[in-house]
Amino acid sequence: MSKRTIQLKMYRYDPDKDDKPYMQDYTLELEPSDKKLLDALVRLKSKDDSLSFRRSCREGVCGSDAMNVNGKNRLACLTDIDSLPQPIVLRPLPGLPVIRDLIVDMTQFFKQYHSIKPYLINDAPAPERERLQSPEDREELNGLYECILCACCSTSCPSFWWNPDKFVGPAGLLAAYRFLADTRDEATSERLDNLEDPYRLFRCHTIMNCVDVCPKSLNPTRAIGKIKDMMVSRAV
Amino acid sequence: MVKRIVVGAHYGLRDWIAQRATALFMVIFTVLFAAAALGLPEMTYQTWSGLFRNSLVRFFAFLFFLALFYHAWIGVRDIFMDYIKPVGVRLTLHLVTIFLLVGYAGWAAQILWRL
Repeated sequence: MSKRTIQLKMYRYDPDKDDKPYMQDYTLELEPSDKKLLDALVRLKSKDDSLSFRRSCREGVCGSDAMNVNGKNRLACLTDIDSLPQPIVLRPLPGLPVIRDLIVDMTQFFKQYHSIKPYLINDAPAPERERLQSPEDREELNGLYECILCACCSTSCPSFWWNPDKFVGPAGLLAAYRFLADTRDEATSERLDNLEDPYRLFRCHTIMNCVDVCPKSLNPTRAIGKIKDMMVSRAV
Repeated sequence: MVKRIVVGAHYGLRDWIAQRATALFMVIFTVLFAAAALGLPEMTYQTWSGLFRNSLVRFFAFLFFLALFYHAWIGVRDIFMDYIKPVGVRLTLHLVTIFLLVGYAGWAAQILWRL
């Protein structure tokens, strides 16, 4: 197989050296085994080791290599190089502070995630074996528990861009519904109280960028709708 | 005041429902009113104002305007919450919007009951 060459345009910023960010052009020769964008990035880093990005599992499970590719948030490890028009424009996830190149500071994102108490709350004495669920109750958690917290959704959400300190964001709200929907959790009312707020939940204007970008094909908008349904059925 | 992020106003659900309810009401009224207006034998001031002599039409038209202003209040407030960061400026804009919309509602009543 002949070798392919691709054009990349990459966001570069090293706060120790650069006054401001700039875009750098690269021409890269790929090996036949390079299928995914992450393969290309790893190959590029072997040529220019000043380039920084996060990566770990390289198979869409850890969520480390989320970045903005040709204007859309994706995981580099799940993106086929051949599916992308060139030059491939790579930028860090929008709306979060840049630490260096494609690495962003996710503190705000995780702060919002922690604010919804992403763990089971059940003060009843633990049973001898386990807290059982019926298959139907378990079914409700599908499409919720799979989130890998890559932040593609929250950083594509304009409501999160404007209010990252107050709006929980699609990832956090998906996780919030994951625990609201769990029959083993006993803090439903407190969880709804925690979210009933014009900023924390109701900044969502159903823009649905989150659904568009989720690399795991999850649907935060639907989860947010279900939280609202729960609030309505509690209130009326 | 210390500079801390404060959330937890515990409202939002009522406005969220109201925005949808007012939208639904406006759609239904618009369709019915358009049907009634297009069904007029001729489009003159007399037939037009005759439509509003029916007090039921007048009542629902007024409700339409109230729905419109309440809907607008929630929408405009949302825009201010997203884009206007200083609390003092936001509060001022909220008050100006409320005064304007209440004024518009009074004005709408005056127009409707004068037709």
